Amino acid sequence: MERHFDVSLRELKEQLVGMAGLVERAIECATLGLVQRDRALMTQVHEIEKKINEAHIAVDDSCVKLLALQQPLAADLRLIVATIKINTDLERMGDQAVNIAGNATRYISAEPLKPLVDLPRMFEEVRVMVRETIDSFVRTDAQLAREVLRRDDLVDGLKNKIFRDVLEHVKINAGDIEQGLNLILIARNLERIGDHATNIAEDVIFAISGEDIRHSARIETIKQALT
Amino acid sequence: MSAIMEVSGLNAWFGAAQAVKEINLSFEKNTVTAIIGPSGCGKSTFIRCLNRLHEEVPDARAIGRVLLEGDDIYGRGVDPVAIRRKIGMVFQKPNPFPSLSVFDNVAVGLRLGGLRRASILKEAVERSLTLSALWDEVKDKLNAPGTSLSGGQQQRLCIARALAVEPSILLMDEPTSALDPISTAKIEELVTELKKAVTIVMVTHNMQQAARISDKTAFFLLGDMVEYGETSRIFTAPKDSRTERYITGRFG
Amino acid sequence: MKRHFADYLFRSYRKRKAVNSTMYLVLIVATLIALVPLFSIFGYVLAQGAPALNKSFFLELPKPVGEAGGGMANAILGTVTLVFLASLLGVPWGIATGLYLSEYGRGRLASVVRFCADMLASIPSIIIGLFVYALVVMTMKRFSALAGGLALGILMIPTVARSSEEMLKLVPQHIREAGLALGLPRWKVTLMIVLKGIRGPIVTGVMLSVARASGETAPLLFTAFNNRFWQGRLDQPISSLPVQIYTYAISPYDDWHRQAWAGALILVLLVFAMNLITRVVLAPKARKS
Repeated sequence: MERHFDVSLRELKEQLVGMAGLVERAIECATLGLVQRDRALMTQVHEIEKKINEAHIAVDDSCVKLLALQQPLAADLRLIVATIKINTDLERMGDQAVNIAGNATRYISAEPLKPLVDLPRMFEEVRVMVRETIDSFVRTDAQLAREVLRRDDLVDGLKNKIFRDVLEHVKINAGDIEQGLNLILIARNLERIGDHATNIAEDVIFAISGEDIRHSARIETIKQALT
Repeated sequence: MSAIMEVSGLNAWFGAAQAVKEINLSFEKNTVTAIIGPSGCGKSTFIRCLNRLHEEVPDARAIGRVLLEGDDIYGRGVDPVAIRRKIGMVFQKPNPFPSLSVFDNVAVGLRLGGLRRASILKEAVERSLTLSALWDEVKDKLNAPGTSLSGGQQQRLCIARALAVEPSILLMDEPTSALDPISTAKIEELVTELKKAVTIVMVTHNMQQAARISDKTAFFLLGDMVEYGETSRIFTAPKDSRTERYITGRFG
Repeated sequence: MKRHFADYLFRSYRKRKAVNSTMYLVLIVATLIALVPLFSIFGYVLAQGAPALNKSFFLELPKPVGEAGGGMANAILGTVTLVFLASLLGVPWGIATGLYLSEYGRGRLASVVRFCADMLASIPSIIIGLFVYALVVMTMKRFSALAGGLALGILMIPTVARSSEEMLKLVPQHIREAGLALGLPRWKVTLMIVLKGIRGPIVTGVMLSVARASGETAPLLFTAFNNRFWQGRLDQPISSLPVQIYTYAISPYDDWHRQAWAGALILVLLVFAMNLITRVVLAPKARKS
């Protein structure tokens, strides 16, 4: 039996997925702008971020209304609570995209430090993470959400590698410190986006199964996913 | 936590139709247990088995073990009348005894049980009415007919009537379904307060009510107990898909 | 414009209004016509009986034939005695039967009892009189107040039983369950809670049957018979208003006819009074419960 409430929930999901699409584009524009050294793409990020903020408010508004009027329970309740949290994470991801754009703008206004290898790889991983978390949410696929958690370790590894490489480079070439810092900051921004994607994946798992796998509980899940 | 009542292998019938199937459930002291489920799921029949009221219906019978503080109320030679003194019951519709005063409605259980001393009766009536949060509202009209009170007050009067004989368990069969939201809220407050003194088993159709006031929730469907657990878990993450469908209103 | 179903039902508001008013008027007229006999009887009895009412009618014994004056004091007291005796038998027995039927009466026995009660209620009262005559008067070899009371009592049982049963059935089941849930045995619940709760309506039913019994003549003719004197003993024939009225009315004396009308008026007033008492005094209490 489909309830009127189901229609509202579907609309809420659509709102959130639309917002996630904006976030994806913001990240893409920022990183492409860096790789292609394109300032136009950077300014686009700011415009997208404004839309993300509007969507952020709209989603929260819908959630509060549904909570107050439908007094949802069980899966309905979990879905709305998860949506509220995912909403926050998506908005932060938007902020991080803006940060990337800022750091990238500074980076491309000077000579590049070295050919970018790990950063595009890291970007690719993060992009997949964001895509998969959203997919897992849309398809209520807990398995896919668990894979996102695993991918986060890859992203963390790449970030550490970039930190190490850049540090080694600037130890020798002290004049490149500023550019090196920009790269480190961008890697850090990407890593934060990965963390937000991880949070979302956890919320998706909670919404689907009612299982809370954050913090200590998460280690077990990751072990399971790896074996 | 110790169980004050333990139900095992309880089955109940109306004629040939089985209304309650193999229920195993126990109630811990000073808790509120909510029994939820769609109409006709056997939840009312179930709690009416707990004070052996079910068998008063023509052609109705029940078998099983219900241990009240260790003694089987379905044991051989057990007098249901004696059992019912230890188990209070509040019904769906407020039903103060007609043409009895407020005072007499509360005193009637003790008085007809053989207690005659006016001072003791007075004390018991005041204590029960205070427990049921009605004393302040009725202390000046104890001689008015019980039926002259408002619906919500009548229901609290019925709670006082049940409490007067100091039961160890209070069974409530949809106690607020005939009341307005304000009276309902008062009864809910009262239940939360009362569980300090007595263990409560409550049948309710109101999911939010079960969520608000119970510690444990049992979900019944077609005479079976589908799921039982902490209320907070049942209402956020039920394990059985039937429970999930019921509490999110997807049945039908 | 879309035509609704209702448009076909009520083509015209005015026509419907007219039909409604006409039917209303018809009903009122029918009701008034039904009330005509009641008021004409009462008016006629009042007109005929009132002139013969005086102090001696209430205080004196009947005078022998030919002597003017005298009263029906012994008949009034006799009727009270007979009705009291009848109630002594009919009320507890009737209520007990009603209790059985409503509280315990399930299955075959109950339907047999219910059927018998209905049968008994429809037996002509003169047959009951004959029955008591055969049973009591023949064995005791004389008419007596006891026999009269028995006959009236038997007459009361079915009506009291069925009216009590109906009243008891109006008490919701959950009231009984609330009593049982308090740990009270069923008989206490039945007597102290259920019956107590509806004593008003039950008394109303009893009073109506008492009123009916007090006007019965036929069963008294061969049981209580009649008596021209005060009678303090219950094993002796006793006078009663209906029988006295009957005796006087069929007599050839004008004075006795006048007294018969006066007796009739007193009987009617007695029955009215009982109805009034039950309605005015008992009904408000019953409504509260």
